[in-house]
Amino acid sequence: MHVPDGFFTATVSIGAAVVAAAGVGVALRRAKQELDDRTAPMAGLVAAFIFAVQMLNFPVAAGTSGHLLGGALAAILVGPYTAVLCVAVVLLVQGFFFADGGLTALGVNITLMGIVTAAVAWGVFRLITRVARNRAAIVAGSFVAALVSVPVAALAFAVLFAIGGTAPIDAGSVAAAMGGVHVLIGIGEGLITAVTVSSVLAVRPDLVYGARGLAKPLVLRTATGEQVVTAPEEPQAKPIRPFLVGAGIVSLLLAGVVSFFASGSPDGLERVAEDKGFLGQAGDHLFGGFALADYGDVGGIPVGVAGVIGVLITLAVGLGIGYALRRRRKVTT
Amino acid sequence: MGAGHHHQLFRAGDTVVHRLPPQCKLVAVVAFAVVVVATPRERFWVFGGYLLLLAAVAAVARVPARFVLRRMVVELPFVLFAFAIPVIGLGERVTFWGISLSVDGLWASWNILAKATLGVIASILLAATTEPRAMLLGAQRLRMPQLLVQIATFMLRYLDVVLDAMRRMKVARESRGFQARNLRQAPVLAKSAGALFIRSYERGERVHLAMLSRGYTGTMPIYREISADVGQWLTAAALPVAAAAVLFLS
Amino acid sequence: MTLEVRDLAYAYPDGTQALFGVNLTIARGERVALLGPNGAGKTTLVMHLNGILTAGHGLVRVAGLQVGKETMGEIRRRVGLVFQDPDDQLFMPTVREDVAFGPANLGVRGAELDRRVAEALDRVGMRDAIDRPPHHLSFGQRRRVAVATVLAMDPEILVLDEPSSNLDPASRRELAEILKNLDVTVLMVTHDLPYALELCERALILSDGVIAADGPTRDLLADEALLTAHRLELPYGFAIPASGT
Repeated sequence: MHVPDGFFTATVSIGAAVVAAAGVGVALRRAKQELDDRTAPMAGLVAAFIFAVQMLNFPVAAGTSGHLLGGALAAILVGPYTAVLCVAVVLLVQGFFFADGGLTALGVNITLMGIVTAAVAWGVFRLITRVARNRAAIVAGSFVAALVSVPVAALAFAVLFAIGGTAPIDAGSVAAAMGGVHVLIGIGEGLITAVTVSSVLAVRPDLVYGARGLAKPLVLRTATGEQVVTAPEEPQAKPIRPFLVGAGIVSLLLAGVVSFFASGSPDGLERVAEDKGFLGQAGDHLFGGFALADYGDVGGIPVGVAGVIGVLITLAVGLGIGYALRRRRKVTT
Repeated sequence: MGAGHHHQLFRAGDTVVHRLPPQCKLVAVVAFAVVVVATPRERFWVFGGYLLLLAAVAAVARVPARFVLRRMVVELPFVLFAFAIPVIGLGERVTFWGISLSVDGLWASWNILAKATLGVIASILLAATTEPRAMLLGAQRLRMPQLLVQIATFMLRYLDVVLDAMRRMKVARESRGFQARNLRQAPVLAKSAGALFIRSYERGERVHLAMLSRGYTGTMPIYREISADVGQWLTAAALPVAAAAVLFLS
Repeated sequence: MTLEVRDLAYAYPDGTQALFGVNLTIARGERVALLGPNGAGKTTLVMHLNGILTAGHGLVRVAGLQVGKETMGEIRRRVGLVFQDPDDQLFMPTVREDVAFGPANLGVRGAELDRRVAEALDRVGMRDAIDRPPHHLSFGQRRRVAVATVLAMDPEILVLDEPSSNLDPASRRELAEILKNLDVTVLMVTHDLPYALELCERALILSDGVIAADGPTRDLLADEALLTAHRLELPYGFAIPASGT
């Protein structure tokens, strides 16, 4: 997924770099509030962990293998802000030290694999664990969050590609192909993320950021019987709103402001389903006349709106699963 | 992605390129990459000129071609993608050896291949002539946020330690007959990942204690400052300036 | 008195109590071994000596200064803690920066800092490695550099956690020679009994969160019943040489 130089036009590269810088800036401030003077060593070790985990290859389908992106995993284990920092540092190191990912494409890479992945994963995860707070919900939430985050990041890539890709491929084909392959990769990502989170939960539940507030209350044994002293607070209750606002702003920037540049680039948007290659046809089979399939032109929906709708659908799916889990829990208790 | 031997990315040497302050090299390489990306794809010869410029830098820095070529494998996935573009591209088509290809797609393919390759070579030369530590000091000089530099510093310090732990787990898995064949085996890998996370996190906590024990109060002391003079900036600027000259004068 | 621990008790936040009233004193220039089985509370005790953990009850004094929030900076200069895993201790990219980290936090800069770094590395015989990254050194070399990082802070007392663990015999001996020649007070936490005998005249046994024995190392190690009672054993074939030799 590491985008090299020359893949996007200079305008998109610069636009994405601005988004990335802003996102990392916010993450720096918030992570420091959470970890204070532990930020540097903790985030550094977690970044090394993500780098290592990205080397875990798993077979996807015949002949192809995917590797873990780790953005969702990091968001659930150490919180979304620290996760963005860690993934950004991993990408910077990969770009400058390992020549993996173009230097001019760093903004795109950090935006997609760091900010979008962590934001989507954390948003979905919070929605699910907000309605049902127990271990099963956390593991299920991790699975769905990671699963959703990968194709959404791939779709964000397709949106950027539609705005300022340098190749004359129909934007719908890109969206369908990227989305399709990445749903498969997402299943692997979701599976590994969920099992990883569950195995950490089993040994050191206190280390899982997404499981904060699961601790049992302290009990005092007094003459009159047992007495609960401190009800566990919900530490995430406050940060969630600014986070969602931030994620919303990032999405808006991506969808709205950056697509402003699109008018200057005739490549992606204007060329529509006249002469599709075979992947485009495959896309047609998959999504047919569905308005979003071609990412914005068949139904006359502008790209930005299509992106926003996609995000909303994703959130709705997450919410639905959350509710289902909560109902099941109510039945069992 | 290399197997984490980041010390193998750097080739010790004592050349003009090696001696340049890291911040100058960082700016020069990024500027070069921007010039390359901004070059219209029809300008074939200009890309050739860029390649010659990089070859000259490699020659001055005594980085052998074999070293660069071997490290270029990171580009491979996108090379494959670039080859697919003409097949699935839109617009006017030509038939070549019986395969119908998109003309625009061929151009796009060339565009990505040329620019990505030049970018990769430039990055490889940067990493080959700049010690990892110096690179971070250079980033610090360029006003990259302190905290990001520190995170990257800790990451590089502990990358080998974490990768070693991961390799030991892999050996332990495989010596008991495990092989990752399909997705059903993913949970086994994931449990290793969970264990690796706990180890990494706990090490982070111990490192923090070790720092506190030596008087750490939240700011890292800056021990080494690398300053650059005008001459060094001009030397480093030679690469992007020459590239720009090739672009505008040809 | 360089180190004084009085009635120290401590329970972890999860409620597990690790120390149940530890009393000990160490005089200037002494080299003392702190022996004890796994889980006796050795590491917990060590964490109290420089204020990483704060006493639940009782007090710790270093050269007369009581460990507490206000004295933390001074305490951490006076107590040099060498962690068991040198990879935890050596967190900077080069040996030079790592050894400089402590004194630089104390405000030492410039030529004085360079002098301190060089001197500390000389004392452990690692001057040549000054510009190398720690992960390129052997395990034994890393542990010696870890000792240097603490020596550079000019501590009153050096506290070593399992200094001989994971060392090959040659590195083990080299480290012993270095430690013997250092002119500082040493508290060495270990269950390597021959090492304790070689380096320390006096030993303490920490067991179940209290000091169970305190005396000349030779006498303690000769008392088989005492050792057995606290899950300590001399290696096979090892006998305490007759005193006076």
